[in-house]
Amino acid sequence: MDKWQPGASLNTLRRRAAMLSSVREFFKQRSVLEVDVPVMGKATVTDLNIDSITTSVVGEQGYLQTSPEYFMKRLLASGTGDIYFMGKAFRDGEVGLRHNPEFTMLEWYRCGWDDHQLMSEVAELISLLLAEEGGFSWDVTKISYSDCFFDNLGLDPHSAELSTLQLLAAKLSSQSWIDETRANCLDLIFSSQVEPHLPRGITIIYDYPECQAALAQISSNNVGQNVSKRFEAFVNGVEIANGYLELTDASEQGVRFKRDSKARELLKRPAVTMDQKFLAALSSGLPACAGVAIGLDRLLMGALGVNSIDEVLAFSWLRC
Amino acid sequence: MANYSTNEFRSGLKVMLDGDPCSILENEFVKPGKGQAFSRVKLRNLKTSRVLEKTFKSGESLEGADVMDQDMQYLYTDGDFWYFMEPDTFEQHQATESAVGDALPWLSEQDVCMVTLYNGSPLSVMPPNHVEIEIIETDPGLRGDTAQGGSKPAKLVTGAVVKVPLFLDQGDVIKVDTRTGEYQGRVK
Repeated sequence: MDKWQPGASLNTLRRRAAMLSSVREFFKQRSVLEVDVPVMGKATVTDLNIDSITTSVVGEQGYLQTSPEYFMKRLLASGTGDIYFMGKAFRDGEVGLRHNPEFTMLEWYRCGWDDHQLMSEVAELISLLLAEEGGFSWDVTKISYSDCFFDNLGLDPHSAELSTLQLLAAKLSSQSWIDETRANCLDLIFSSQVEPHLPRGITIIYDYPECQAALAQISSNNVGQNVSKRFEAFVNGVEIANGYLELTDASEQGVRFKRDSKARELLKRPAVTMDQKFLAALSSGLPACAGVAIGLDRLLMGALGVNSIDEVLAFSWLRC
Repeated sequence: MANYSTNEFRSGLKVMLDGDPCSILENEFVKPGKGQAFSRVKLRNLKTSRVLEKTFKSGESLEGADVMDQDMQYLYTDGDFWYFMEPDTFEQHQATESAVGDALPWLSEQDVCMVTLYNGSPLSVMPPNHVEIEIIETDPGLRGDTAQGGSKPAKLVTGAVVKVPLFLDQGDVIKVDTRTGEYQGRVK
């Protein structure tokens, strides 16, 4: 295929440019500092389900960053106060209708805030970015993970037995799910039985299961169950943003890194170098903060009502 | 047969699922931000024609199905089986009534149909998109009523009943779109 033309129309490129400048204006008014951290580093995330693209730099292994998180947290630990990054992030293997291996991420941190304060700001920014052309205002719904899970399945995701979740996942898909982990079963059930029924507009879901905490703090909800202080935002049922009340405890972070690395080994995934500089920054003291990342390409898809990420990128991977 | 992994699932690929041959219609890559990647796949069961949706873990694989589409000429029926012939090898295949299925009322001898073979035997039959068939039974034609929109049912020699304009008569040959069952015109 020798198609040299871009996937995005001129109109879409203009809308993208307007979105980037609205974001900068939004944070300027709120005195949040823009930081331009590296997209290439010597270490990367240990997350089991995120694959980094490796590269080679003067004979040393490098990784294209899957998010600016570690560099930003090192800045926070050095005392910058509130910061945001808007730029490229990279993930290997992610190619599809809603995925491109290189994408535009907006990530920011608010010192001293909790996850609910940050959720309000996320809703405000997303509404602002979506409303630019449509003229109507978008409905915002905020609901806990367990409530929307229960509403669709009649099952409490936090207290349900693992075997119940495995049976349900196997029924929805195939017998090979019968020995899957709790986190994977929940993801399958959630994405096939809950996401399609989320309300139109902007939906924020909070208090994710403890087993899906990643870099969020664990805390107990109003009925005393352990949940992770993690939230996600959806626009018309499509996942747009992921945020945390950030884990600041370096030793707990070290434990999670090791757990990830062990799981990678078991599943024969490529081993990755744990980011020691990031751990050292956490040990020296990360201020209490909440942080979130938004996929701006997906948000633009929502704003324009298009189905394919190829239509909002100048050149998706297929056209590179 | 070869095994195909989720990243090789393409529209049109024929695979085995729960013992039945299926054709993949769509494969959507789904990945929650921090979760494992899935493939949400739409398939058509080639035996029942039913469309189903299944979610596979990325990297899971399915066995390929020995399914082939082949143009064949329809020869005749003996009432139990319908016989088709491969035009280049003259090899004949007998199809059951359930394999012929919805194609049955459109089959005229010598028409070329697309026959789907599964393990070498006909699994389904697709008639040509357009067929020309004679009317065997209809109300007498009303001359001079060609401009008015009315229509009437007409039975064709192959057994199908289609709506035709009022001026047509028994013995006329008409062209029909088999996908919609609609009258397309009269054949001189």
